[in-house]
Amino acid sequence: MKLTEITSEDYVITDDLQLAIRAARTLGKPLLVKGEPGTGKTQLAIEVAKALDMPLLQWHIKSTTKAHHGLYEYDAVSRLRDSQLGDDKVKNIDNYIVPGTLWQAFASDHQNVVLIDEIDKADIEFPNDLLQELDRMEFFVHETQQLIKANHRPLVIITSNNEKELPDAFLRRCFFHYIAFPDDSTMRKIVNVHYPDLKKNLLEASLKVFFDLRDVPGLKKKPSTSELLDWIKLLVAEDLPADVLQADNPRSLIPKLHGALLKNEQDVQLFERLVFMHKKNNARS
Amino acid sequence: MLLDLFQRLRNSAIPVTLGEYLTLLQSLEANTTAFNLEEFYYLARLSLIKDERFYDRFDQVFSDYISGAETQFENLIDQIPEEWLQVQKELALSEEDMKRVEAMGGLDKLMEKLRERLREQQKRHQGGSKWIGTGGTSPFGAHGYNPEGIRIGQQGTGQRRAVKVWDKREYRNLDSDREVGTRNIKMALRKLRRFAREGEQSQLDIDATIHSTARNAGYLDLKMIPERRNAIKVLLFLDVGGSMDYHVKACEELFSAARSEFKRLEYFYFHNFTYEHVWKNNLRRHTETLPVHELLRSFNSDYRVVFVGDAAMSPYEIAAAGGSVEHWNEEPGGLWMQRIVAHFPYLAWLNPENPGYWEHTQSNRMTRQLIGERMFPLTVSGIEDAITCLKRPGSSAVV
Repeated sequence: MKLTEITSEDYVITDDLQLAIRAARTLGKPLLVKGEPGTGKTQLAIEVAKALDMPLLQWHIKSTTKAHHGLYEYDAVSRLRDSQLGDDKVKNIDNYIVPGTLWQAFASDHQNVVLIDEIDKADIEFPNDLLQELDRMEFFVHETQQLIKANHRPLVIITSNNEKELPDAFLRRCFFHYIAFPDDSTMRKIVNVHYPDLKKNLLEASLKVFFDLRDVPGLKKKPSTSELLDWIKLLVAEDLPADVLQADNPRSLIPKLHGALLKNEQDVQLFERLVFMHKKNNARS
Repeated sequence: MLLDLFQRLRNSAIPVTLGEYLTLLQSLEANTTAFNLEEFYYLARLSLIKDERFYDRFDQVFSDYISGAETQFENLIDQIPEEWLQVQKELALSEEDMKRVEAMGGLDKLMEKLRERLREQQKRHQGGSKWIGTGGTSPFGAHGYNPEGIRIGQQGTGQRRAVKVWDKREYRNLDSDREVGTRNIKMALRKLRRFAREGEQSQLDIDATIHSTARNAGYLDLKMIPERRNAIKVLLFLDVGGSMDYHVKACEELFSAARSEFKRLEYFYFHNFTYEHVWKNNLRRHTETLPVHELLRSFNSDYRVVFVGDAAMSPYEIAAAGGSVEHWNEEPGGLWMQRIVAHFPYLAWLNPENPGYWEHTQSNRMTRQLIGERMFPLTVSGIEDAITCLKRPGSSAVV
């Protein structure tokens, strides 16, 4: 297997992440990705699939999702209905086995990227129920006595928001990568990738506001990368000049369109109070 | 040599297993990395560490391990006396100077030169561009500037050019013993959830329906069950004012996390200790109060009770009638606490004060005795312990 660098036009993959994907691909082990909300965990799988030119199979986990939903489901209710209607289909149980995401990935003729999104949303037992399946990349269908084995071990990317601790046995089988919050230079690259034509002074001004805002003590929800990108989108759409964001502009102390960055009215209030105090201090000095 | 890293990680209480170590070897064997130290660091972290809480500890161990490997090479040159390397001044260089220094060649060449120079040099040296010492542009020594130099015996990072990723310790505040943020608390509180099916039957129970349909000779027989809900009920008592002012932030975070985590959460305030009444609104604390007797009647004993307070006050406020700082109490606070403890078997006390100071206040010892030693520090791991404690009923305090 050739191990090319993964490059993407709309997503910045840092060196350590690059290595993580490479390792996961070579050894065929799942890659567990964690990180602050809005650092692009889900987006990673989409971009990796695009960059490697592999089909992407997504499995979004909810609190009610069970492990077997990803393997297959036996549609007992339709079979029951068919039996009561006297349909001929009912004699073959295969007609009522619905393959799940993992089955599709295993059965495919070429390697796939499988995204198991927000695994922590599911029940505590969920990851444990998938141990064998992810380790050996095979499972057994009891209804038809059939063993489903992966033709090509898919590249499994699992995201977690840390809402539940994952069991150790599960963790042992994964590679683990934590997406750190981007530093200033990485953030520039990210913004650049999304808005290549952004005016330089607007970029400087907006990044300054953004990082300052993240430094405000006591915010309930710190703005994240995706919120910065949304905000810049709004700024671009409104076609605001950069100097409305600059600190020496007295009207700009509360950043324009701050609703894209602060999602909580207490945060907005706290911020306004801080700005007000800041103004007062400035006036005095 | 790699096994040494594995041992060191285990010694510093990071949960690594043999399987993960083998994975690391496997991926080294599979040539996943170009062999340089930084890639190796990332790969080791990727395969051995499974929780960002341990990133910081891993960075420390790794830095130690690598500098251990560096000491092997320092043994070779350990004849350099300590005093040669003592800091005298930091160095400021112009751009051109830096370029000149940069042009000195690769590591091997440097090592060779170092050995050579060791043989030549006889005394302590400082400044200049050749000898081993401090504050100079020679590639060997400490506290100087040479972009590809070898640092010998340096404390602190000086000009910061030679800092490795693991020395930055960027993940410091993800360690669970340190940070208490709303999100962390929410995660901790979530462990208290106890799902139960209660109330209206609103969901189709597929399994039961299939069973009873089969038993019903194939004719549909629908079975319903109630939805799964978090059945835990929480009663929070918060100490306000006085010495608690220092802990407002931690308490606020706990409160906001608890509010969003539990559907059935009731909270009341008290000052220093519990007396005849508690209140819900701090602005009208003297007019709108709830007598504790009534509270004990209206909340049944399967409520989980959490006290938040520093339990630091004069012992009389607990033990004596009339001891309260703000009103005349007919009965001592301790008696009221005993009543509460007797009524609610599931109880814990979170104390924002550093546990190291607990022993110094008599009131703290008295409180812990009253509540049966169920006091925990207000940190993420403390909250986790408190929650384990809240899962089983405790014996009421013996006084």
